[in-house]
Amino acid sequence: MLYREALNRAIDDVMRIDPDVVVLGEDVGLYGGSYRVTEGLVAKYGERRVIDTPIAELSIVGNAVGMAIGGLRPVAEIMTANFSLLAFDQIINHMSKYRYMSAGKITLPMVVRFPQGVSRQLAAQHSESYEQMLSAVPGLTVFAANDVNYAYHALKKAVLMDDPVIFIEHELLYNKKGDVDFNAELDPFKARIVKEGEDITIVSYLKMVDDVMASVGKIEESLKRSCEVIDLCSLNPVDYDTVAKSLKKTGRLVVVEEDHKTGGYGAQIVSNVCEELFYMLDAPPLRIAGEDVPIPYNRTLELLSIPTPDKIAEKITEWGRRNGL
Amino acid sequence: MNKLLAEEIYYYMTLGRRFELAAKEHYMKGDISGFLHLDIGQEGLSVAAMKAFEKGDVFSTYREHVMAIARGIDPKAVMAELFGKVTGVSRGKGGSMHLFDPSRFFYGGDAIVGGQIPNAVGCAYARKYKEEEEGVMVIFGDGATNGGAFFESLNIASAWKLPIIFLCENNRYAIGTEITRVSPFLEQSKKAAPYMPVTEVDGMDAIAVYEAVKEAQREIQNGRGPIFIEAFTCRYEGHSMSDSGSYRSPQEMQICKAQDPIERMKKALTESFEADAETIESLERRAQKAVEEAVEFAASSPEPDAAELFENLYCKRCGNVVS
Repeated sequence: MLYREALNRAIDDVMRIDPDVVVLGEDVGLYGGSYRVTEGLVAKYGERRVIDTPIAELSIVGNAVGMAIGGLRPVAEIMTANFSLLAFDQIINHMSKYRYMSAGKITLPMVVRFPQGVSRQLAAQHSESYEQMLSAVPGLTVFAANDVNYAYHALKKAVLMDDPVIFIEHELLYNKKGDVDFNAELDPFKARIVKEGEDITIVSYLKMVDDVMASVGKIEESLKRSCEVIDLCSLNPVDYDTVAKSLKKTGRLVVVEEDHKTGGYGAQIVSNVCEELFYMLDAPPLRIAGEDVPIPYNRTLELLSIPTPDKIAEKITEWGRRNGL
Repeated sequence: MNKLLAEEIYYYMTLGRRFELAAKEHYMKGDISGFLHLDIGQEGLSVAAMKAFEKGDVFSTYREHVMAIARGIDPKAVMAELFGKVTGVSRGKGGSMHLFDPSRFFYGGDAIVGGQIPNAVGCAYARKYKEEEEGVMVIFGDGATNGGAFFESLNIASAWKLPIIFLCENNRYAIGTEITRVSPFLEQSKKAAPYMPVTEVDGMDAIAVYEAVKEAQREIQNGRGPIFIEAFTCRYEGHSMSDSGSYRSPQEMQICKAQDPIERMKKALTESFEADAETIESLERRAQKAVEEAVEFAASSPEPDAAELFENLYCKRCGNVVS
């Protein structure tokens, strides 16, 4: 099953059991969704439940908030994360705060799906990543799906949860293949150990997990050491137990992320690890992140602006050598 | 409108005025802090709109104390919220601008100008979806009609024929900026007119507001789509306690206050509903007592515990807890 099919199936399965689940966004209905995640849903559930909205992101999220207040479970799609900036008032001032400001009297069972990241030459206004901003908002839960099985289960849980969830997808993962264990019970808050290892803990999420996995062979060969790769899955809250357990074993932390390095998501992971787990560390942590530039259109420049498997291998090997590995 | 309802409206208007005066006094004393937006002068509009729209969902602004009370929220809990006490409507975490009570279909209390309008539109979608006929009313000031959220909402509510009343309280000032300096119109209904039926009402006349809202509620049902009501009104105080309102001339304020909604309601009670002086006095005494009790309750209520800081952020049963 493809990643986008798993997401589609998750929404479909929830819509089938709960008539209060509705989908809304630009082109999610008759057009089938820009990334075909909502394909076929309108034929099954009708335009009342699969709602084509105008290009008005503020209203997509703002209306979803109101729908949740009115007793529905909306699943809103933002076509590309960059467009979400028009909805940030609704995300930060409304979606994340209603519960707290009302002392728990209002709860917002809603999901905003966020396709994001550097795809292929979509240039500066269609390539960004906003997990660093979204994860910094108290009141939001942020899931980031790399794995097909996780995508299915976490999205399903996100829709059924009573808290507002930001569900981040990576645009290059939509055609990723994987198996879904439909009978499994998956905790979407728990990080996933993608590969076990003894010497280096590499923490990542979304598409970078795949790039890390593509680089691990080279790293292990040149350093003669083994890497443990963790997919965080939930970016807020973070499953620090899994990270700590791994660091206890390896003593070395690398965080790989696609967003801009300055103020990037990994900075918080490194900061928290240094504050809480400093004495577990045998080496200074390493962050591999996107460059601090808008994403350029040209393919060569585009690839220079973000981590790639080769760059990841090179940087980790160089850092390992510098730190006695 | 029958006599009983007229008396009730008068009672809540008087209660609202005295509540706001008490809030002002306790703000000066330092018992209330932060932003405090008083509704004095607009009580007729606030109370009548709530009484007319008793069963639907209401989304309002940060100038919502009187509406909350007219909606049936205990004045004690409202005053305690202003005092920041744990017995407040939002356990002291919302304050003056964030009063919520879903059991009374009252959703604040939004302090982002125009930010509640898309929420109300979404709620109207949900109500229509669930075939719940009462509809939604969203209240906002003239200052909110220049922002994108407003125009997006007119468009969507109209395109989808949603059961929603847009009630614009036009007091002519967005904080200190007079509306015609930043908008081509004094009448904000002109912006809504291409999208939906619009109606204007004297917001200083509680009975007229009541009738306009009642009529609009009938209209929005049965799939006929939204309605825009513009109520012209006047706030006597500044925008908030940190604004003296000095941008308005004494003459302007004099004309405003000559139409005082409480005086007008009292006159209507006497003349049209034949209420005697004793009845009116007893309503006023009851209102005064309710305000005094509210202040006493707020003053004597405890502060929130430190543990309250992290309460109500996430729903515990969602399992969103990290060790």
